[in-house]
Amino acid sequence: MRRVCVIGAGITKFVRRAKETGKELSFEAARMALDSAGMELADIQSVAEGTAPDAFDGLHMKAEYLSDGSGAFCRPYTRSYVGGGTGVFLGAHGWWHVASGMFDTCLVIGEEKMSSCFPHPQGAFLTIFDNFTERPLGPNLVWIFALEMNRYMTRHNIKKEDVALVSVKNHGNALDHPSAQLGMKITVDDVLRSEVLAYPVQRLDISPTSDGAAALIFCTEDVARKYTDDPVFVDGVGWHLDTSYWTDRDLYYPKYVEKAAKMAYKMARIDNPRKQIDFAEPYDPFDYKELHHMEGLQLCGKGEAPVLTREGVTQRDGDLPTCPSGGALGVGNPIAATGVMKLCEMFWQLRGEAGKRQVKNDPNTAVAQAWGDLMQVGTVVVMRRGGARP
Amino acid sequence: MPRVAIVGIGRTPLRPLSSETSYKEMMFEAAVRAYEDAGVEPRKDIGSFIGVSEDFWEGTSIFDEYVPDQLGGALRPVCTIGNEGLHGVATAAMQIMTGQVKIAAVESHSKISEVARPLKVMQLAFDPILNRPLDFNPHVVAGIEMARFLGDSKALRNDCARVVAQNRAAGLDNPYAAYPAAIRADEVLGSQDAFSPLKELEISGPADGAVVVVLASEERAKGLRGEPVWLDGMGWANDTPTLEARDWSSARYAKLAMAQASKMAGYPAKKADIFEIDDTYAYKEIQHAAALGICKPADFRRFIDGNGPPINPSGGSLGCGHILDATGLFKLAEAVEQLRGTAGRRQVKGARRALVQSWRGVPTTSGAVVMLSSNDAGPAPAGKGAIA
Repeated sequence: MRRVCVIGAGITKFVRRAKETGKELSFEAARMALDSAGMELADIQSVAEGTAPDAFDGLHMKAEYLSDGSGAFCRPYTRSYVGGGTGVFLGAHGWWHVASGMFDTCLVIGEEKMSSCFPHPQGAFLTIFDNFTERPLGPNLVWIFALEMNRYMTRHNIKKEDVALVSVKNHGNALDHPSAQLGMKITVDDVLRSEVLAYPVQRLDISPTSDGAAALIFCTEDVARKYTDDPVFVDGVGWHLDTSYWTDRDLYYPKYVEKAAKMAYKMARIDNPRKQIDFAEPYDPFDYKELHHMEGLQLCGKGEAPVLTREGVTQRDGDLPTCPSGGALGVGNPIAATGVMKLCEMFWQLRGEAGKRQVKNDPNTAVAQAWGDLMQVGTVVVMRRGGARP
Repeated sequence: MPRVAIVGIGRTPLRPLSSETSYKEMMFEAAVRAYEDAGVEPRKDIGSFIGVSEDFWEGTSIFDEYVPDQLGGALRPVCTIGNEGLHGVATAAMQIMTGQVKIAAVESHSKISEVARPLKVMQLAFDPILNRPLDFNPHVVAGIEMARFLGDSKALRNDCARVVAQNRAAGLDNPYAAYPAAIRADEVLGSQDAFSPLKELEISGPADGAVVVVLASEERAKGLRGEPVWLDGMGWANDTPTLEARDWSSARYAKLAMAQASKMAGYPAKKADIFEIDDTYAYKEIQHAAALGICKPADFRRFIDGNGPPINPSGGSLGCGHILDATGLFKLAEAVEQLRGTAGRRQVKGARRALVQSWRGVPTTSGAVVMLSSNDAGPAPAGKGAIA
């Protein structure tokens, strides 16, 4: 199997309402990624696009519309799609283009423009539910995640204060991210006093809705050597999708994330993730999700993530920094672009290029993860700094 | 480069209406047939499930949520590819070529009979700023393109009408066909104008149906029940999505996809014994045949008069019905039947290599090509492997 390298990354600013069209956002991110790699579009042999529900933009076959902005003019082009898991899944999508031997280079792009959906993008989520059994109830995402959050907290006897620490950390980390939409210094008290949306979910427990795009350049080792001495390797990819019948599952633990992580770890030859992973970018559209996902990713035992958070282990200068970027909570959450933002963060951190966000433990191995659908899909990518594959 | 085989196909018959079954039941039926054909147990053997779908056709956002259970894919690697069925096949093949996946299943379906206003859905694919405000029927794009194609090539309106007559007649031999008919070219030309020069009978009819295809690595294919058909080459490409920027005459996406596929396979389109190519509109079959290097538009009538290998012996989309992004998978399943010698009354004698091509329809310029050979066709000539 060919080892796949990342040699460039680009990201637009994440904002509540971008003036740019989706095509323009894609172009900006792609152009930045190409520039950072020192490449031209002519060097790109294939394009892997990710963008989440067409309902946001009201655009049928959205990826076809985005194609020229994404550099796919007269190129092989596919769109992968697993709801909120799409962004990190793009790491797998781009990976198989190169690892298969079909292409030497692949431009990976995640784009989302949620602001076109009036009055609020949450409305698009009314159409994700089963049209017979659920849609008549008029559920939305905040509603069902409140169920999950409640179950998780109840099962492990977790205090809301401990969950809020994630929100404080990620919003704070985002202050150092130039693309961030919601970097801010807040306290646990601010989170606990914010507006209740669907208890226990409060305003500051949730990531914002955003517009943005992010891109990466994937290539073979041979190609990478022409452009850089310092490539980052995509050493593990994994994804799992659980049953549609989410009401039949115990929501306290994301089994699908565990399965996806184990798939990626096996490929990356990681047998002790707690020791071998230096930092993580778990998906954090809600603060409790970071904790939930750390457990799914096998970075700690079930119910232990709040303890690690309280002890400061997950801070940037801790032993296991999580979401040093600022995550979806702080940088923003343009769905498919968020996951790619997390992949970009791994690339920059592993190369030591993260500036004020740089983690202090001289990282060699990192994991990013995203989640989505009806609390149903886990997507995982493991990256490493140079050196031989173990 | 590792070889990949198609080891199982399963599908439901295409029908204009299917009110007795849900999309989940149709997917289940196609999947069971495909797994049975391949001799695989989905819960243990299949390493990746790929659904090919678009939210707006389904009437459900994030449609991949509703894919796993009826395919046997719950709590397994499942994803959606938002392109045409053949792009899904290419995705499965790439996953297998990495060595991480040994057996993969690709599914796509159409339940268009339940879409209240399909033309409105198609309109939502137009550029929202430049085109959508004009509020035109999407088939207008095909009418304009057909006019330009006829003007630029030596194809005749009568050639297009003959495509309809021929494909619908071929459908009479196909138990999966939804629109078989004995119809003459002059009846096609005498049918109502759709968007001149396009006639109503030159537009393939919508149908419901599901198709599942199982692929495997060479190593695994040899131990399975299903007779393998080898995937020699694959290619896919997009031209511009912008209506104002295209040349309206040639199908460049098909040409680019073909170039990639034949580079990988090591042989050109002309080596194929049968062609299953896109005929969403009758003129598209002639345009695609030219772009793929099968025959020039001026030679097309001679070609289909028995001077060339058959094009769309299945009846194509005109004879069988158009099933949205499952159309390419349906054509692929037809080609597999031909190469296995199990195509019944529509069997083309001695078919050993097949070329399958798809297009995503108006307003896209997205196309894909797959080149196949039968198990007894002998090793493929040494291709360059891929674009790389």
